[in-house]
Amino acid sequence: MEKVRHLSKATRSNLITYGLVTAAFIIMDLLIETGSASYSLMGLLVPICAYICLATSLNLVVGVSGELSLGHAGFMSIGAFTGIVVVQLLGSGTNDVVRMLIGLASAAATASVAGILIGWPVMRLQGDYLAIVTLAFGEIIKNLLNNFWLGVDKYGLHFSMKSAMALGLTDGGRVLINGPQGASGIPHLSSFFAGYLLIMFTLFVVLNLINSRSGRAIMAVRDNRIAAQSVGINVTKYRLMAFVIAAALAGMAGALYAMNYSSVMPKKFDFNTSILILVLVVLGGMGNIRGGVISAAVLTILPERLRFIGDFRMLIYALVLIGAMNLTYDTRLVEWRRKIREKFSAKRQGQDERGGVSGE
Amino acid sequence: MDLTRMSRRGFLQLAGTLGVSTLLGGCGSMERRPYTGPTDPQKVNGVFRIGGIAPLTGPAAIYGTANRDGALVAVKEVNDSGRLKLELNFQDDEHDPEKAVNAYNNLKDWGLKALVGTTTTGPCVAVTDETNADGVFQVTPSASSIDVIGGVEGSNEPAKHNVFQICFTDPNQGTASASYIAEQKLADKVAVIYNNADAYSTGIFNNFQAKAEELGLNIVSESTFTDDSANDFTVQLNAAKSEGADLIFLPVYYTPASIILQQADAMGYQPKFFGVDGMDGILSLEGFDKSVAEGVMLLTPFVATAHDERTQRFVQAYKELTGSQELPSQFAADGYDCVMAIVQAIEVSGVTPEMPAPEICERLSETFIQPDFVVKGLTGDARWLETGEVDKSPKGMIIKNGVYEAM
Repeated sequence: MEKVRHLSKATRSNLITYGLVTAAFIIMDLLIETGSASYSLMGLLVPICAYICLATSLNLVVGVSGELSLGHAGFMSIGAFTGIVVVQLLGSGTNDVVRMLIGLASAAATASVAGILIGWPVMRLQGDYLAIVTLAFGEIIKNLLNNFWLGVDKYGLHFSMKSAMALGLTDGGRVLINGPQGASGIPHLSSFFAGYLLIMFTLFVVLNLINSRSGRAIMAVRDNRIAAQSVGINVTKYRLMAFVIAAALAGMAGALYAMNYSSVMPKKFDFNTSILILVLVVLGGMGNIRGGVISAAVLTILPERLRFIGDFRMLIYALVLIGAMNLTYDTRLVEWRRKIREKFSAKRQGQDERGGVSGE
Repeated sequence: MDLTRMSRRGFLQLAGTLGVSTLLGGCGSMERRPYTGPTDPQKVNGVFRIGGIAPLTGPAAIYGTANRDGALVAVKEVNDSGRLKLELNFQDDEHDPEKAVNAYNNLKDWGLKALVGTTTTGPCVAVTDETNADGVFQVTPSASSIDVIGGVEGSNEPAKHNVFQICFTDPNQGTASASYIAEQKLADKVAVIYNNADAYSTGIFNNFQAKAEELGLNIVSESTFTDDSANDFTVQLNAAKSEGADLIFLPVYYTPASIILQQADAMGYQPKFFGVDGMDGILSLEGFDKSVAEGVMLLTPFVATAHDERTQRFVQAYKELTGSQELPSQFAADGYDCVMAIVQAIEVSGVTPEMPAPEICERLSETFIQPDFVVKGLTGDARWLETGEVDKSPKGMIIKNGVYEAM
């Protein structure tokens, strides 16, 4: 235990985050093994993992880099469809674990290319422009995929922007992406375990980036752009770095998500999904990675737990969101929370611990 | 282990070794838990638990609630007549595969023995995959893609022998429409307006196009819209008009169809209109001027204004249930037929509610594909092929004086 005390505050906080995720994984695994988890909860595990990865990656852009991105679902979508296509092209002959890994890697690759393409010009802009461009990007991706047909037969890949007919597949050919119908017949490669590993990977990348030299540069740009520039930090480079890494991680999360269902439609990855991910981040606390992880899990389970009240559940969900936002950001409530915390810490004579890096 | 002095490379090595070893060793432990549903006779108490999934909120809610209300009418009728004891639990899927699978898992916790749903194609494909893995019998009222049943030509999905459709498949509707237009020589130049963000609409269009090419129908204009742009069709109508189309094929649902008809009327363009089953319901749309739908032709299996006694009784019961004067659409009739088909199969096969779900599924599926198993439903006399496709004939209807008439 002596060693642990010597760890820096950031490392200790990171270890708590890893430990929290691992503990949750082990507890869930035990519940499943003993047969006491409900079907509903078991079905939610993989989407929860995907949303945790998405929230963590968006946190890198919104919390750490301080940019507002409204098109995160676009990267998720690119990753999802890349992963699906690659996995199906590899065929069932390949080992499932290897297939999944290659699928995730290619999802990350295409999503990061998209991230570079959009980030390169946009990262030279300031203020709200990034929000507007990412918003448009998400919609463009959705509409492109609605008009995107990809098929494979013995002559190789066929691609069309018109219709499935225009692919001209020979007998035995197979449509991989079918316009607005999206992809179907997706192999179920995602599992809770794969989701857990992806969360750990995402956390590892993001937390290490934050505590690195580059991470400090990114935060310096967030906190004061001019000051950062004056000490020789390449502002565009560091903003782009955060943006592209987040895009790649979102792509991987998208592939994990897609391979949990046998059909995925481009419509799923619309503005609403982008906003949902943003809500996960904002509710968890911008820049607070552990908070994002917790809020992603809670907000995915909440609407399912509220199913018993039928059509009113979305109303309750909205009320919970508003309440939680107020509790986090309303100045009077924040003050009230601070007082309570002071009372507690006065009793314990200890200092309060704050997780991750805070955006305050 | 000295965590503070560990080098970065050492940490990576450690993480890598741990990762790969757990990855290769631990993956097998997550097997799917078999599903039976409640089998204790005391707990089941002779009640068949039927689950339902439909979009009850969101953009497709109008179709989902119709499905649900139709099914509710059927359940009430069956329970009142004492044929069986049914309990129906409908869950919302928001027209999203993720939510549909969540809804299905929820129904598993409740203990469903058969499933009615889902309404829309995309979510349905995801759900049928789950029911197929669990062995839960499923009848879908209106998910019309071939991926829902799988195993037929052009489908990406493996065959799912537990899934049956009440509605026609998309290929059927597309080809039937093209054949009908060509055989009756309804038009020289055909224009199509379809929703390219919608699986149903695109599915029908693709098959219509293929058949039209084969029959030598001249498609002069193809224009598209999406859910976001489904409130102005002047561009699409002008394109059709400038190409001189004398028939517009509308493989779309009735809400956008109503706007297309009104706008065509406003710009004084009067081609023939031809729709498919999604167009049914247009006459009961609130605030819709029926006169602009005069002469519209559509293929639909159900007509709410038909005079036969069963349809009238259904319409009456539907109005009582919903408490409104709105006529039930084809979606409501499909929902009703789903429940009635399951009830009839339960009676024929003699399964009991205490049986585990996979056994019920097997017996019901066998019953459904018997050649002499015919369900006389509101949407026609239905038989099923081994693939799960329905075999019934679409009715060609034309709107005259604000009501449907057989063509």
